[in-house]
Amino acid sequence: MSNKPDHDDLIHTPPEMAIAEADVRPAEAGEFVRGSSLWRDAWRRLLKNKLAVFGLVVVVIVTIASVIGPTVIKNTFGFTPDYIPSHDVKLSRSYPPFTGPDGEFSWLHPMGTDNAGRDQLARVLQGGQISLFVGVISTLVSLLIGVTYGAIAGYFGGRIDNVMMRIVDVLYSLPYVIVVIVLLSMFRSQTPRGQLILLFIALGSISWLTMARIVRGQVLSLKNQEFVLAARATGVSGTRIIFRHLVPNTLGPVIVYATLTIPQIMLTEAFLSFLGFGVQAPLASWGSLAADGIQSIGIFPWQLIFPGVTMALTLFSLNFLGDGLRDALDPQTRSV
Amino acid sequence: MLRFIVRRLLVTIPTILVVISLTWVLIKLAPGNFYSGEKRLPPAIEKNIREKYGLDKPWLQQYGKTMWSILRLDFGTSLRYEGQSVNSIIKNSLPVSAAIGLLAYLLALIVGVTAGSIAALKHNTRWDYGSMALAMLGISVPNFVLGPILVLIFSLTLYWLPPSRWAGFPSRNLILPVLTLSALQMAYIARLTRAGMLEVLRSDYIRTARAKGLSERDVVLKHALRGGLMPVISYTGPALAFLLTGTVVVEKIFALPGLGNYFIQASLNRDEPLIIGIVAFIAMTLLLMNLLVDIAYAYLDPRVRYQ
Repeated sequence: MSNKPDHDDLIHTPPEMAIAEADVRPAEAGEFVRGSSLWRDAWRRLLKNKLAVFGLVVVVIVTIASVIGPTVIKNTFGFTPDYIPSHDVKLSRSYPPFTGPDGEFSWLHPMGTDNAGRDQLARVLQGGQISLFVGVISTLVSLLIGVTYGAIAGYFGGRIDNVMMRIVDVLYSLPYVIVVIVLLSMFRSQTPRGQLILLFIALGSISWLTMARIVRGQVLSLKNQEFVLAARATGVSGTRIIFRHLVPNTLGPVIVYATLTIPQIMLTEAFLSFLGFGVQAPLASWGSLAADGIQSIGIFPWQLIFPGVTMALTLFSLNFLGDGLRDALDPQTRSV
Repeated sequence: MLRFIVRRLLVTIPTILVVISLTWVLIKLAPGNFYSGEKRLPPAIEKNIREKYGLDKPWLQQYGKTMWSILRLDFGTSLRYEGQSVNSIIKNSLPVSAAIGLLAYLLALIVGVTAGSIAALKHNTRWDYGSMALAMLGISVPNFVLGPILVLIFSLTLYWLPPSRWAGFPSRNLILPVLTLSALQMAYIARLTRAGMLEVLRSDYIRTARAKGLSERDVVLKHALRGGLMPVISYTGPALAFLLTGTVVVEKIFALPGLGNYFIQASLNRDEPLIIGIVAFIAMTLLLMNLLVDIAYAYLDPRVRYQ
């Protein structure tokens, strides 16, 4: 999606001209003209995109809050996300946001408490830790598989490429989530940590397909360029050409797509956790918090709304950031 | 064209078999089984039951038996729902899922194509930004958040619509589940339509159509949409898959007795014949639908046939 009015022109002019157009100015005598790198240009274009900047800010805030939030709350107010005030029957109930046990205004629980009287804010932040963690790690898993697979297919080309890409085509049409649910429910781990690792593998192994396609396309167009020829002429091995010469050059699209993969994986994780196949108690993610919250939606709506809206806002921001990065890094690709 | 269809069938059928085999292997490899749950049976009874269902035979024989029965489209008997065949469970629950899924897809198509076309025609205006921001919202709000919020507003606050349960095909109970399910598809289709239309509107044949003096209405409806909707058509396959996974959540939220709900229950109970049966059914439906979409696509766009 485009947010820049000059977008049409960017598509039709070659990228180097489009970049130059922005700040063409004859160098004055004696002035040292600093070259502008691809990354600096991209960064400047990203900053012009208000929605992408908004996304970046929200993502940074949510990440920092999730990482240090629970610790800060523990040190300030003295309770952990799973602290149940069992000493006081009156406290171990669900209270609305900003409300104390007697219905009076209170700063103690800005998101209210859950059925056991646990602080919702702390739980949402801790859930964010897990959700973001799963999103990032599984994306790395999918990056690893996708980039390797795509680069190999693209570099070797011919029959190898044909077979490898045909396999990707077939995999594309599989009803993954169904198989993943069977996998997660059958191999349900005894420990939450084990379940989390299972989740990384399951989510990572279903989301590398598009990455493989993108990298293959890039490698196909790069491999006939002179620098690869030069590397080959000096006797560099195939593996080394792929990973030291070709893969680094695909970084732009890979970063863009990875940014867009994170929200997708987070959504799938939330979906699985919502159904009870994902992260297990005592760990909680936004999905499992929402699943807990939906039980009492009519009476305690805040138990669903806070984790749900936090998650939606984060995904929204990640998507905008990814879109903005795509527009900034390669203005020529258009896709949804 | 016939060669194209045969070639696609040669890929589709093995794929279906791979999905079913994969599920079967996963179930067999996993520790424990249906009888190792909380309610333990006396060993003698368990032995008898396992004999009855053929679970005491060697793996290869069980695999052969499962595959053979799937080929005959007879998925066996559920372990959990005693006396009910998997076929009858699918037969009873399919209409529920199909009703919500198809209505949701139809709604998504109508709204998505309209919004996407408007966004493309009014490129870089308020309309464009507005509908694309809404589409982004549709992509980012998980359906298990959207559904309960809709229930909260329309059922529990305004009392306009029933919050859950199945009440036959044309009923007000369907409105909220269908809305929840179609939001994501609507958003995707709007974005696809916009991208496709933007590309087509710049093409030479549209300039020709305008140059020969066609009204804007004819240019858009007769020429631009035909090309601009190709990405939407090719998205039908993934859309069906998404709708399918979406129904799993929607059926759970709205307590609907659909295929997804039975699948979740079967997975939690380790009801092997039911899991295999539903997976097989879903895989067959999905891949055959994909095949139909491919054929339709090849029919509409001759270039595809010769690839």
